[in-house]
Formats: sequence, structure tokens, C-alpha cells
Amino acid sequence: MMLGPAAATPRINRAPSPLIARSLPWLVVMFGSLLQTLPLIASAPVMPPFGFLFLVAWRQLRPGLLPVWAGLPLGLVDDLFSGQPMGSAMLLWSATMIAMDLIEQRFPWRSYLLEWAVAAAFIVAYLLFASAVAHMGASGPFVGVLMPQLVLSILVFPLGERFVAACDRLRLWRFRVLP
Amino acid sequence: MAPPSTRRTGFSKRAQYGTFFGYIAAFAGALLGGGVLLVSILDKSAFSGVRGIAADVTAPAGTAVAASRGTVHDFGATLYGWATWGVTNARMTRELELTRVRLAEARATDEENRRLKALLGLREPAAGSATPPLVFARLINSTASSLRRFATISAGRNQGVTVGMPVRSATGLVGRVLEVNGSTARVLLITDPDSVVPVRRARDGLAAFASGHGDGTLQLRLISLGINPLKPGDVFVTSGSGGLYHPNTAVAVVTELTRDGANARVLSDPTASEFVAVDPVFAEAVHMPEALVPVVDAPPSTRPRKKKAAP
Repeated sequence: MMLGPAAATPRINRAPSPLIARSLPWLVVMFGSLLQTLPLIASAPVMPPFGFLFLVAWRQLRPGLLPVWAGLPLGLVDDLFSGQPMGSAMLLWSATMIAMDLIEQRFPWRSYLLEWAVAAAFIVAYLLFASAVAHMGASGPFVGVLMPQLVLSILVFPLGERFVAACDRLRLWRFRVLP
Repeated sequence: MAPPSTRRTGFSKRAQYGTFFGYIAAFAGALLGGGVLLVSILDKSAFSGVRGIAADVTAPAGTAVAASRGTVHDFGATLYGWATWGVTNARMTRELELTRVRLAEARATDEENRRLKALLGLREPAAGSATPPLVFARLINSTASSLRRFATISAGRNQGVTVGMPVRSATGLVGRVLEVNGSTARVLLITDPDSVVPVRRARDGLAAFASGHGDGTLQLRLISLGINPLKPGDVFVTSGSGGLYHPNTAVAVVTELTRDGANARVLSDPTASEFVAVDPVFAEAVHMPEALVPVVDAPPSTRPRKKKAAP
């Protein structure tokens, strides 16, 4: 399958669509948030927070594509569907974008393992904070309940990154340009 | 090559200002999110309208796919059933014989019960759980990645559902309605850590509270502390105190004992129930709405009314 701008034979009369090139990252993250409303009835939180995974993956694969303030609108969409108290993703995703920006300034040279470790740290922190927010004032730590979801999310992250990378190739797909 | 820094913008004033205001917007966004979060923690129904619209929009797709869920869920059970059908069949035939006898006895007891109650002049609720359910609905989805346990059902304000109504499946209590939208409603499952259901042991009426763990099991807390009288296998049903849930709806069965109660497995596994029934609020269904009055001025919360449960 030939996807994207790096196709072997560059053909005339084809150009990427600026609309798709700009909007696709946002759409993919919102799609990830919508995945939480899959018609599954779960008796425990097991599903990885796909919206958050896609956000981190986009930020790591294509830094600068999503602006620093992207956490607010995308978090708003996630809050609509996640069942968390309203505002928790708005806050945590904004904080994530700022923190990832700082990390990028501090460590410009990174290996894939380091990227994964950073993403894993963000995922763990996000899930712990989100559960703390969801149960403000409730008794007992819920780490035991969260553990399967934590492990699954960290292991699923590279797959999410693969998906985001495929979407990134699609992003600069060259469409026929009408003269 | 090291990735180009997005902060070094060169001499372009426009790019410099763009980056600067981007950071301002990011921090403002974090603050705004924190503010919204604070509001929604303090007032849990603050943003239910926005969420309701989102749930209504995605409901049709969920309803369509939910039809196949039961089949997929039962696949393992089907395979297992093929291997063990002979033994199971014999056992079930035997049990059925026994059960028929027990059922006849229970009918007699029921009849006797009614006569004795009439003798006492008790105001009989419309035969407890025999009240016809308000509406049947499909369980569309539940929160999959949040620790909160909410589910969405395919009935809402248009079908007459209001906040507080208990939701049950054929095998037991599922939860209660928390938010109502046009054609969907959000249900607080009994496995949510913030849900508290007054229950009693089916055998002798030992009162307890059932609250969720968040992982599909329940924590039973006994009201009278002392020597723990529970045993694995004890079945708990709703007690009807508090006026929300109809009495004698099955809730949970004890699996292991803890110091002040027990861990229990939910009888009505929401993953296996496709259709649920929404009942009217118990106290209103039996024309005793005054039972709900003293707690009306309490702030709205996700917990059902905590009242001393009568044994």
C-alpha cells in the first residue's frame, strides 16, 4: 500500500489537503475519547484511556503539531464521554502538554525506550490522579483496582503510537488538485 | 538530528508572540480545567446537561451494537456447556423436582403471609417487587476507563424516567438513575465506590449496607457490629429502607469474609445483562412519598439516603 507524500513516483496535480493536515490529529484524539463509549459493559476499569494515549503519541511523534493549549479543548471532549467529573481531563491534559513541552526542552535527544518510559510515567500519573479526582474523599487507595488498567495501558501504548503513525502518513496524503 | 525547538522562533515577532500566547493559553487552560473540576466536584450535577447531549448523540450506535454483546459474552459458556451437558442435565432435572415442591410450599407461605399481614392491618405495598416496571430499556454502555462505574440505558425523560429510579435486570439490582437526558439516562451501578444500598440477608433479615469496590465486587458492612455472623454463600436482597429500592430485589452473594463484613459478588452482572427494567421509586410507588420528605433539603449527592435499616 502506498500512502503519504513519500510515494515512489511523485505525480503532478496532487497536493495534500491543508484541512486534513491540520485537523487529523485533533480528530484522532477525539476518536480515542469516543472509544470509551464503546458498547462494552465493564465491571471494572480495564480499558486504556485511548484519548490520552493518542494525545501523548501525537505529541511525541510530531512535536509542535498540536499546540501547547490543545489539552483544554481535547480534554473537554474527553470529559463528556469518560464519566469522570467534568474538568478532570481538561486540567490533567493541559498539565500533560505543558510537562511534555518541558521534557522536550530538557532532553532533546531521546531513544525510543526513553520515549516509552516517559509516556508510561505520564500514563501512570494520569490514571492515579484521575482516580483520585473521581473519588475525592472516598476511603482507601484504589491502586489494586487500577493495576490491570495501568499495565494494559502501558503495554498498549506502542500500538497506539503505531496507529498514530499510520494516521500521520494519511495526514499528508496527496489529493488530486482541481485546476 | 535533534528535533527543532518550538521555542526558538527566530526574529519573527509574529512567531514569537504566537509561541508566547500559546503558553499563556496552555496555563490558562489548566487553570480553567481546575476551576471546572472544582465546580463539578462541589456540585455533581453541574454539567449534566452537556454530558447528556453527548450521551444522546452517541446512543443510537451503542444501541445497535449492544444487541450482539450477549452472544459474544456467552461464547465461552456455550463451549463449556457442550462438554458438560449430560451431568448438568441430570443435576438440573433433580433440582427441578425439588424446586417444584419448594415452590408449592412457598406459595402456601406467601398466602399465609398475606393473611397474617391483613390481620395486622399492615399497609401492604403493591406486593413489593410485583409493581410493574415503568419501562424496559437496553443497557448501552458503561464507563470503560474511569474508576467511576456509570452505565447508560436507552430510556430517558421521554419514557418517564426520573432521577433516583432503581434499575434492575432479571437477576437482580443493577443500580439507580443518576442523570436523565432526552432518550438516555445515566445509571450509577451498585459496584461504584460511591453507591450505598441498604440490604438484608434473605434468610433472616440481617441488615447491612452494600457499597461497591469499583472492580465488580461489593463490600458488605453490617449495621450491628460484633461477631461476624456471615458465611460464604449468604444471599443479600434489598431491604427497602431509604425508600428508593424495592425490597426483596436480589443484590449479591457473599464470597469471602472480612473483619467487619464480607466481600460479595454481584448477582446481576452488568456485563451479562442486556435488558434492564426501570422501576418507579419505591416510596412513591406505594403511595408513601412522605417517606422521602425529611431528606429533601439535604444537598444532592450520589449516595442513596442512609437511614437506619429496620431488620
